Amino acid sequence: MSIAKQNNSATHTHSGIAGKHDFTITVYTENQVGLLNRIAIIFSRRKINIESLNVSPSEAEGIHRFTIVISETEEVVRKLCRQIEKQVEVLKAYYNTDDEIIWQEMALYKVPTDVITEKVKVERLLHQHGARAVVIRKDYTIFETTGHREETEGLIKALEPYGLIEFVRSARVAIIKASHGFHEKLKEFEQTEPGEELIENEFLDKQDEVFTM
Amino acid sequence: METLEITKEKEVANATQNISGSQAVLEAFIAEGVQTIFGYPGGAIMPIYDALYDYPNKLKHILVRHEQGAIHAAQGFARSSGKVGAVFATSGPGATNLVTGLADAMIDSTPVVCVTGQVFAHLLGTDAFQETDVINITAPVTKWNYQITDATEIPHILAKAFYIARTGRPGPVLIDITKNAQIQKFDYESYTKCEHIRSYRPKPIVRKQYVEEAAQLINEAKKPFVIFGQGIILGKAEKEFKAFIEKGGLPAAWTVLGLSALPTDHPQNVGMLGMHGNYGPNVLTNECDVLIAIGMRFDDRVTGRLDKYAKQAKVIHLDIDPAEIDKNVKSTVPVWGDCKETLPMLTKLIDKKDHTDWLNKFHEFTQKEIDIVINKELNPTTEIMTMGEVIKTLNELTNGDAIIVTDVGQHQMVACRYAKFNQSKSNITSGGLGTMGFGLPAAIGAKLGAPERTTIEIVGDGGFQMTIQELGTIMQYKVDVKIIVLNNQFLGMVRQWQQLFNDKRYSFVDIQSPDFVQVAKGYGIAGQSIKDRKDLKAALQEMLDHKGSYLLEVMVGKENNVFPMVPQGCSVSEIRLQ
Repeated sequence: MSIAKQNNSATHTHSGIAGKHDFTITVYTENQVGLLNRIAIIFSRRKINIESLNVSPSEAEGIHRFTIVISETEEVVRKLCRQIEKQVEVLKAYYNTDDEIIWQEMALYKVPTDVITEKVKVERLLHQHGARAVVIRKDYTIFETTGHREETEGLIKALEPYGLIEFVRSARVAIIKASHGFHEKLKEFEQTEPGEELIENEFLDKQDEVFTM
Repeated sequence: METLEITKEKEVANATQNISGSQAVLEAFIAEGVQTIFGYPGGAIMPIYDALYDYPNKLKHILVRHEQGAIHAAQGFARSSGKVGAVFATSGPGATNLVTGLADAMIDSTPVVCVTGQVFAHLLGTDAFQETDVINITAPVTKWNYQITDATEIPHILAKAFYIARTGRPGPVLIDITKNAQIQKFDYESYTKCEHIRSYRPKPIVRKQYVEEAAQLINEAKKPFVIFGQGIILGKAEKEFKAFIEKGGLPAAWTVLGLSALPTDHPQNVGMLGMHGNYGPNVLTNECDVLIAIGMRFDDRVTGRLDKYAKQAKVIHLDIDPAEIDKNVKSTVPVWGDCKETLPMLTKLIDKKDHTDWLNKFHEFTQKEIDIVINKELNPTTEIMTMGEVIKTLNELTNGDAIIVTDVGQHQMVACRYAKFNQSKSNITSGGLGTMGFGLPAAIGAKLGAPERTTIEIVGDGGFQMTIQELGTIMQYKVDVKIIVLNNQFLGMVRQWQQLFNDKRYSFVDIQSPDFVQVAKGYGIAGQSIKDRKDLKAALQEMLDHKGSYLLEVMVGKENNVFPMVPQGCSVSEIRLQ
């Protein structure tokens, strides 16, 4: 029993075992020093690992957008989103499963240039994975691919036998398929008296395509 | 029209003054209606203290003996007055000493604004003298915090601080101000109170649909049961709450922090919930058909074992904080919003009823509890006194009009169980965090927050020694706090658990105490110690009649236990009477 449990926790990231799935949390916030910590400790307090975290500007001017990936049960994720929304500088937190979003991660690979020039197989490999050369130097070449985790990981495996020198992958960035963006919402937030639309409520809104808090 | 605009502008220009950041801080406090600040000076907050020297008539500063005392006093002040408590402390150790109080205020939703000094901005991150990363240390225990490095930020940041602390679900806010910003002079116009922050919604919008659904559930219920918490007091909705339960004929039980929101002898007040709560409310939680939770958060000390908590009931949860809905107990109907608004809406829609049979069921349980537990505690036949009889005698003398501030432990549970309250904001205790040492400083603050009311601190021999230095504050400001030390010569609550669950292995609960009366005397506080029942009433009377603060030590049974008790990991219906 305990062994099975250990196995679960070792593989839970993508498997969905024990009801855990990858969820992408999208948080719209003010741009404020210290907010990253306030959001991060909501996870660490509950001993939840953040798989990936990205902070960038959003479609609305002055509003920042956090994209956080964690593997948890939906119930836990919903409670986390409520705690995140409680932060004074957070405007809105959404969570989505992978099929509700379009997402990408970018990866960079550094490989010895001589291997590529000498081995046609490697060149073909890079082609197959849609890799693009960013820098070509005498000693090494840097390739870039963008895609899902499996895709960027696939290329590592393929390149490993040929002496992959360095590898790095960016955090996930994601667009919610059914979202209409934040411009209209922001206008409502700016009003002193918000409309009903603003303070959404899952019990009434669960029929919506996009789950919102 | 144009000329008018120009004159207006001119007026504003004339109105600007060149003041220091420190003065701006004090102006903000005054504009927010603060009159009393609890604090302790130090290097990094010296400019603010220097400015404070010029405001002797507008701001009263209470010099405590330790910063923890300052924040607990501010909490007591906030809880007895319904206003925001205010604290000043210096950087480094001054600020870290606030952490316990911040955590306490956070979990008990107490509005407090703390200003801490910080090293010069150019020294941030250099491990300067008395530098600590206060913003990050306090992030998890504040509703909001912010570091000011430029004086021009002070007016609007402090306006935000007060707005955030007092609105919605209240909580502590900490503003860290670097020394350069305190000294810096800038053109100050005027102070504008904050009324809106676009990313912050203090209260969710009430959805009528839920109120209607909730009313329907209540109207169909045969055995409805109301459980209420501090939300009623924080929402200033005591009247609305009373009207609601009276129209519906609903029995109502309280959490430790909800105590005093409804007078204790109201016929529908059926007692206390939770681990050491009353028999009826605990058992009948698992028999009611509709559970109406108002301004409470289903703490584990209230629910006991969650998977066996009120499973048979439909749950209506009224709360201002959306994060509380479904956090611990799944609700059938969530009524998000301020209960000051939602309760009258609900009252309007519910039928006038009296659930006499159902209410009588509570009374039957009460009778059983009286026979097995309460009689023994309030009218003991033992030679040595019980904590309960002290509270009972106190009730007779105060008639339930006093503010009772408690510390944490057995005396706290006994005081909550037996103290009588006629008015709201009268029970002040550390509920969520269970902070020993809270009582004495909180009582100082409570008295200053409601000077016209008798304020009595009930404390154990352990907790008293945790913040006993605040007797110095009582001495210096002649704060009229009555202190009752219920001395059982043990860390009683831990001892009780060790007796019941650890096979009487009394591991480090045998605490020695100084002669408390002598200690008080050293601080110029009158007092006496009694151990005989025959002296109790007269001693309490003497304490109440005494002009100024007074310490009464009552020696009580060493190994008395607080019952009933829901043992940890048990369901509320498995409550033990002995």
